Amino acid sequence: MNDLIKKQRFHTIVMPHLSSAFNLARWLSHGHQEAEDIVQEAFLRAFKYFDGFHGDDGRVWLLGIVRNTFYTWYQQNKIQTKSTPYEDELYGLEFEMTSIRDKNNPETKLIQKNSQRLLNEALCELPIEFREVMVMRELEDLSYKQIAELMQIPMGTVMSRLGRGRKQLATILLAKTENGGAK
Amino acid sequence: MNHEQAQNLLPAYVDKELSLSEVVDFERHFNSCTKCQLEYQEQARVSTLIKNNALYFEAKPELAERIESVITVDLSKAFPQKIQGHFWNLNWPGSWDGIWGSKGAIMASLAALIISTSLFFATPSAQEKLTEELTASHIRSLQANHLSDVISTDQHTVKPWFNGKLDFAPPVIDLTATGFPITGGRLDYINGKTIAVIIYHHNKHPINLYIWPNTSGDSAMHATARKGYTLVHWATGGMNYWAVSDLEATKLVSFAEKLQAQVSVN
Ligand SMILES: [Zn+2]
Repeated sequence: MNDLIKKQRFHTIVMPHLSSAFNLARWLSHGHQEAEDIVQEAFLRAFKYFDGFHGDDGRVWLLGIVRNTFYTWYQQNKIQTKSTPYEDELYGLEFEMTSIRDKNNPETKLIQKNSQRLLNEALCELPIEFREVMVMRELEDLSYKQIAELMQIPMGTVMSRLGRGRKQLATILLAKTENGGAK
Repeated sequence: MNHEQAQNLLPAYVDKELSLSEVVDFERHFNSCTKCQLEYQEQARVSTLIKNNALYFEAKPELAERIESVITVDLSKAFPQKIQGHFWNLNWPGSWDGIWGSKGAIMASLAALIISTSLFFATPSAQEKLTEELTASHIRSLQANHLSDVISTDQHTVKPWFNGKLDFAPPVIDLTATGFPITGGRLDYINGKTIAVIIYHHNKHPINLYIWPNTSGDSAMHATARKGYTLVHWATGGMNYWAVSDLEATKLVSFAEKLQAQVSVN
């Protein structure tokens, strides 16, 4: 493929999905810097293999590469896969998010902020095989078919992981709530 | 269907991923099973909770710039250096070609795009500036909820609305039959000029089509992306066209091609 056309196509088909790539990498990994490194490597990989991409879903293709890049790195480092957002990051983002959503509703703000924090913590504590399908389904709005293709697993597995993941998340969340959300 | 089978399929029912016949089968048990109904509520509750409250981590603009710069430089230099980087050690499946190659031919429309090198490189700053301006305008139109000055799904209402407001008559093309209905029109201010915008929709995704007179020659169709939005530009018949949307590039190019074909017929 002509180099210029390749870059142009890459720009159009892959680059727009940078945020999806980063969001997935961030939920899989341990911190902001790590996620950025994974995403950068994934884009380089994607560009290198772009000639072989003949599909029509650039996002699913890219996310598959992000996930692969993460797992390669994870296997090498043999680190735990509990995602742990930095405290300040979690709070900072949460504040922005809350302030956008609840600007007209200050009295519910505190309660909601607290439950949002608990939910994000619970999601971090979820085993990675559940967390990744939930991020893909609930945050990226991918279909079972897209997730199955991306992860190279049967659709039935996607379904059962989502079901079990949601159950487990509810359990974690309940335990946290009963603790009064004590920090 | 028995209780156990229904329990297994429950997540797919929550996610509306069952086929119609599966739904009928499923509901035959579900409608009379309190346990399954409670489980459904719990699954749906957790799903909504995550959708509405989990953090979505946006990439910082610096990351985009970093990636751009690495990809834009000579790859033969950039790549080996990155491979020796601190964590990348290949255990790469190497079979992406196999996995994805089977999916069929390269998107015909994109492959057919002719990239106008003169347009892209001769005046990068002007072109860049315009692209930025159009993207900003597109985002503004979504945020301010000010997509349309005239709201109509009828080209015969939208077209005359522009009369007397502009010193040119923008082509207003009906593409409803191909899945891109018109939803309105407005005036906008781009590149120091008052210009026409026709708003189309495709599956709830708005498309802003910017039109103004073209003083230089025709240019071939050209797609680019900014901040997650796709922009497709071409110029024919004395008009400049820019389509901007969050649609997949292939879809937006297909829209542009259909439009271009209609413009040349009219
Ligand atoms: Zn049942």
